[in-house]
Amino acid sequence: MSEIRHHIPDDLLAAYAGGNLSYAFSMVVAAHVSMCVECRAQLSSHETVGGALLDDGDTPSISQAMRQSVFARLDEPVPVPQSPRRMGVFPGPVAQALGYEDPHWRRIGGSVRQTLLHRSDKDSVRLLYIPAGQAVPDHGHNGLELTLVLQGAFSDETGQFGVGDVEVADDSLEHTPVASPGTPCICLAATDARLRFNAVVPRLLQPVLGI
Amino acid sequence: MLNAATSIQDRPRPPASDPVGASPGMSQVSEQTQWMLLVRDARDKQAFARLFDHFAPRLKGMLMRGGLQAGLAEEVVQDTMLSVWHKAHLFDPHRAQVSGWVYQIARNRQIDVLRKERRPVPEELKGDDVQEDDALQIIALEQQTSRLRAALAQLSPEQRVLVEQAYLGDLSHSELQGLTGLPLGTIKSRIRLGLKRLRRELQNKQTT
Repeated sequence: MSEIRHHIPDDLLAAYAGGNLSYAFSMVVAAHVSMCVECRAQLSSHETVGGALLDDGDTPSISQAMRQSVFARLDEPVPVPQSPRRMGVFPGPVAQALGYEDPHWRRIGGSVRQTLLHRSDKDSVRLLYIPAGQAVPDHGHNGLELTLVLQGAFSDETGQFGVGDVEVADDSLEHTPVASPGTPCICLAATDARLRFNAVVPRLLQPVLGI
Repeated sequence: MLNAATSIQDRPRPPASDPVGASPGMSQVSEQTQWMLLVRDARDKQAFARLFDHFAPRLKGMLMRGGLQAGLAEEVVQDTMLSVWHKAHLFDPHRAQVSGWVYQIARNRQIDVLRKERRPVPEELKGDDVQEDDALQIIALEQQTSRLRAALAQLSPEQRVLVEQAYLGDLSHSELQGLTGLPLGTIKSRIRLGLKRLRRELQNKQTT
């Protein structure tokens, strides 16, 4: 794996630690941290801050019934949720969201394909499959868009992004990501608002395609 | 997906060859860490009771501050403390403080309960070779954390409030704006300023 050059911004790592990120953005942070030792360490320092504040915090009384119920349950066998595990190019949290099955790709224009992992009225997260050398339709967006490369590479007006790199694009950026030659590019892309495509046809298809 | 089977990276460690308290090195690590290692390696219920009595009220306080009612907060505390017991084999004192580790488990449980969705979490680091506890490394991390606490204590009251809101309250940046009436950009930059100061404290330690 090439060296990761584009990381999760620190304020997003702090927001993840504090539980203040949407599902879609949490997915990108968790996926990147699974691939990036540096951001894992940085996240861990934010958790240390949280822990230090927790240690100093208020201490309301706890019901004795709850305390007893915890101790009564220590010897019960409980199903412990398994930690997410990597599947091929997909980091653990993405593989988990896929239910450990191959993605069902759908065409979204040209030969670009997507698999929607989650969509609400505020946020969405999807996998994108861009054949080598192909472009994702020119688009801007409302709010923030995070794009994490899982396979191959892409470049746009702001630079080149390889495996593990995250592009952070705010609504001032209108960009045209193009997959680098060689390997098809697979990305995890999250938005906190619907993408706004510049080309007329994709825009008409937005509601249908869920972009 | 619930599964009782443990994966490779979840496998339990063998008990430390140097039982807690037996070596002069390990006796110098913090009480909290010693309790946690006793829970991890010896399934010691007394040590767990001490952790419970320390963390359960504080967790409840944090969760209520984040807007949970007392009853729901206690449910999350219960889940969190049971996870501390059942996931103890994942605790690595070379990488995490007990309080930070518990904090992170509580956040996961809180979000699972509140949003009724599974919070995406990173893969666990694969323990290549099971590593014996190294008291010096553990103490070094604890010293870093003490410096961080000192840095936290030096924040201005205004910065302290913002840092606490970011880490203890379940408040998004936009909610912070509503709360204090300050423009969003100012708040973000102040949080960053506070964090930068915290980080510098940590980094100074790392390079000395």
